[in-house]
Amino acid sequence: MSPTNIFAPASTPADSIFGLSMFVIFTVTAIFIVVGALLTYAIVKFRNKNGDDRTEPAQIYGSSQVEMAWTVIPVLIVVALSLATARVIASVQDAPRPPGALEVTVIGHQYWWEYRYPKLNIVTANELHIPVSDPARPTPTFLTLLSADTDHSFWVPRLGGKTDLIPNHPNSMWIDPPEPGLYLGQCAQYCGVQHAKMLIRVYAQKREDFDRWVHQQQQLPHASADAAISAGQRVFESTACVNCHTVSGTSANGRFGPDLTHLMSRETIASGAAANTPEMLRLWIKNPDAIKPGSKMPAMGLSDRDLDRVTAYLETLR
Amino acid sequence: MSTNTISISDFPAYRPVTLRLHDWVTTVDHKRLGILYILYSLFFLVIGGIEATIMRIQLIRPHNDFVSPEVFNRMFTMHGTTMIFFVAMPLVFGFANYLVPLMIGARDMAFPRLNAFSFWMTALGGVFLYFSFLGGDGLYGGGGAPDVGWFAYAPLTARTFSVGHSADFWVLSLLSSGIGSIGTAINIITTILCMRCPGMTLGKMPLLAWLNLTMGGLVVLAVSPLTAAQLMLLVDRYLGGHFFDTQAGGSAVIWMHFFWIFGHPEVYVLAIPAFAFASEIIPVFSRKAIFGYRVMVLATIAIGFISMSVWAHHMFTVGMSSGANMFFVLSTMAIAVPTGIKNFNWLATMWGGKIRFATPMLFCVAFLFQFLIGGLTGVTLAVAPFDWNLSNSYYLVAHFHYVIVGAILFATFGAFYYWFPKASGKMYNETLGKLHFWLFLIGFHLTFDFMHIPGLLGMPRRIYTYEPGRGWEIWNVIVTIGVFFQAAGILVFVFNLTWSYFRGQVAGNDPWDAWTLEWSTSSPPPEYNYAVVPAVRSRRPLWDLKHPEDPDWRYE
Repeated sequence: MSPTNIFAPASTPADSIFGLSMFVIFTVTAIFIVVGALLTYAIVKFRNKNGDDRTEPAQIYGSSQVEMAWTVIPVLIVVALSLATARVIASVQDAPRPPGALEVTVIGHQYWWEYRYPKLNIVTANELHIPVSDPARPTPTFLTLLSADTDHSFWVPRLGGKTDLIPNHPNSMWIDPPEPGLYLGQCAQYCGVQHAKMLIRVYAQKREDFDRWVHQQQQLPHASADAAISAGQRVFESTACVNCHTVSGTSANGRFGPDLTHLMSRETIASGAAANTPEMLRLWIKNPDAIKPGSKMPAMGLSDRDLDRVTAYLETLR
Repeated sequence: MSTNTISISDFPAYRPVTLRLHDWVTTVDHKRLGILYILYSLFFLVIGGIEATIMRIQLIRPHNDFVSPEVFNRMFTMHGTTMIFFVAMPLVFGFANYLVPLMIGARDMAFPRLNAFSFWMTALGGVFLYFSFLGGDGLYGGGGAPDVGWFAYAPLTARTFSVGHSADFWVLSLLSSGIGSIGTAINIITTILCMRCPGMTLGKMPLLAWLNLTMGGLVVLAVSPLTAAQLMLLVDRYLGGHFFDTQAGGSAVIWMHFFWIFGHPEVYVLAIPAFAFASEIIPVFSRKAIFGYRVMVLATIAIGFISMSVWAHHMFTVGMSSGANMFFVLSTMAIAVPTGIKNFNWLATMWGGKIRFATPMLFCVAFLFQFLIGGLTGVTLAVAPFDWNLSNSYYLVAHFHYVIVGAILFATFGAFYYWFPKASGKMYNETLGKLHFWLFLIGFHLTFDFMHIPGLLGMPRRIYTYEPGRGWEIWNVIVTIGVFFQAAGILVFVFNLTWSYFRGQVAGNDPWDAWTLEWSTSSPPPEYNYAVVPAVRSRRPLWDLKHPEDPDWRYE
C-alpha cells in the first residue's frame, strides 16, 4: 500500500476530491467502453475481406440527425460533470474557517519547508505537526503558503490536493485528518536542483500529544555544562552556521536555513532525505552533497574533532 | 533513358554535391522546405529521444545515480523544449508546407522567401538551444544547457536563480523559432486563402487545408504572446526589468498566464494537423468519403476558438479564485464536445467501408484509440479538484504523452507512410512499416499506460530520484522497458525510409487510389507541381475522374 496513494483519502478535502474523482473515472470509463466497442466493431466488421473485389462501398456523406445525437449527448455529460465539479471546488476552496482552526504559515525554501505557528510562537522545519480533527468538533489546520525564493507546491496526497507556494502570491489550503498518523508528500512544483528531495512529513497527533509537542517546542534549550558540548556550541557559533540557522536563546539567528532550536525532536534531516541519527547528522554537516547534492547548505570544512563536537552539540537541541 | 541523349530529369545527377547542397540551402520551393523541416525534426526526434532515455534509465530504480540531479534537470528541460519546438512544430510546418500547396492545386506557397526565412529562423532556434551545452556556462560556472523546465516558470529564470547563460539560450531559442513559426503561419493562412485552384471554394477544400488554416490562425494568436514573454524575460535578465522578478515586486503568475496562453493552444497547433492526417488517410483506406465534412470543419473552428480560453487549466493549483477555477473547468470540458464529434465522424467514415490495413491506416486506427484515451484522461484533468491531485504528477506526464505521442505522433507516422511515395517516388517496405508499428505500439503502451499509475500513487514529475517504499518501483521499471521498444521502432522507421528512398520500388503517381489533387501529379512532383493548374468541382476531384458515372459534385 502506497503511503501517498491519492485513492486513500484521510482528510475532508481529500475525501471530497476522492468522491468526485470516482464519479469522473466511472463516467470516462463508461464512455471509453462504449466508444471503444464501436471502434473495435467497426475495424473488425468493415475490414476488407480477402478476395474481395475492388468495387467501392456505398458513399455516405453525412447525416444531420446522427451528428446532432453525438453533439447533444456529450454536451449533457459535460454539463453534469461541470456541476459536480463546481460543488466540490466551492466546498474545498470556500470552506469557512471554524474558531478551533490551527493556523500555520508554510514557507517554501530551496529545498526545505519552514513551518511557523504564529499564535503558538513556534518555528520548525520539514516536519509539520498538527492535531487530529474530530468530525464532531472540527479543528482543521489552515495553511498559509508563501515562498522565500522560487515556486514550490505543497502536496500530501492523502490529506488534500496540492497548492503552489509562489513568491508575492500568498495561497492557502486546509487539512483535517481525523486519524493520527504520519502522512507523506513532497514538493510538486519544480524548484531547482534538489526539487526531488524536498519531502514533506505531516504528523497528525491526538490532542494531548500535540499539546505536549507544542509545550516542548516552546521551551528554550538549556545550556549544557558538559565541556565537549559547550566546545561544540563555540564551534557552531564561530562558523558561518549561524548566518543561516537559528537556535533560540543563543547568538545563532539566521533564517536562510531551518531553525535548529529543537532539531532533535525531528525524525529526519535534510527535508526528509535522511534519518536524524548521529551518523547521518555528522555526514550532513561534513558534506551535505553526500546526502543531497546541490542543496544550499555548504560544507564548512570542519576538522573531524570539530565535526564530532558540533554533532554532539546539535544532539542536545531537543 | 538512352546513353547518348541527356534529358532534363538526368540533369541534377551531374551537378557536384556542393552545388546540390547549395540548391537545398538557398531553396524557396515549398516541397524542399517541407522536407528540410521534416528532416530537421527527425534529427531532433532522435536527440530528444536520447534525452528521454537518459531520464528513464535514471528513474528505473529509487536512489539511482546514473546521472547527477543537475544533468537530469537539464535533460527534462531539453527534452521538453526540443520535442515541442524542434520536433513537433517543424513536423507540423513541414507537412503543411509540403502538402497544402499540392492539395489546393497551387504551384508554391504565397510567400516563398518568407517560407525559407521562417525555416532558417526555426533552424537557428535549435542551434541556439544546443549551443547552450557549450556556451551556457557563462562566467559563473552555472553549467551548460538550461535547467528551468520547458515552461521555465518565473522566478527560476531570474538571474538570481539561473546564473550563467543557459536560460538566455533557452530564451533566444524560443524567440528565434517563434519568429519562424509566426512567419510560416502567416504564409500558410495566406496560401490557403489566396492560392486555391479554380473551382476550389472554401467548402471544397480538402479537410487538411481547413485544419491547417485553423492551425495557422492559432499559431499567430498563441506564439505571439510567447514571443512577447521571451522579450520581457530578456528585459528582466539584462535591462533591469521586473516583469517576473518577484524579489523586486514582479509577478511569477503573469509568466504562467503568458506561457499557457501559448501553451494550451499549442496543443491544438500540434493536434489539429494530426487530425488533418487522420481526416485524409481514414477515408482513403476505408474507401469512403469523409463523414460530415461540414461538421468536421465547424468542429475544427470551434476547437480553435475554445482552445484560446482554456489556458488556466494548467494553473488550477496556483490559487485562483473558485469562480475562475469553475470557468476554466467549464471551458476545458466544452472542448471535449467538438473533439468528440471529430472522433465520431472518423468512426462513421469507417462504418460501412472496406478498410485496408496498410501501415498508414494501422497508425490511424491506433491514433483513434489512443486519442480517445488521451482525451478522456484530459477530462479527468479538467475536473479542477481531481487536478489538484493529478497536476504535476506522473499521471499528467502520461496524459500529455498519450496525446502528443499516442495521438499526434501516431497520426504523423501514418502521414509519413502515406505521403512518402509521393515525396520520394518510391514505395516503402510494408513489412518493415508494420514492424515499426507493432514495436512502437508495444513500447508506447508499456511506457505510457503504466506511467499513469505512479502519478496516482503520488509521484511528482521532474524528480531525479525518489524514495523507495512508495509503491512506485515496479511501474518505473515497466515504463523504462517500454522506451527500448519505442527506440527500436524508430530505428526500423528511419531504416525503412532511408532504404526505400534508395532501393524501394517505384510508387507511381497514385499508389493508394486516392482522391485529392496531390495524387494527380507525378511522384515526386515537379518543382512547379502542376504543368496545368487543375480545376476542381468537388472535394474529391480524383474520385470524380475515376467515377464519371457517380461524381461527388452531384451531392455537394
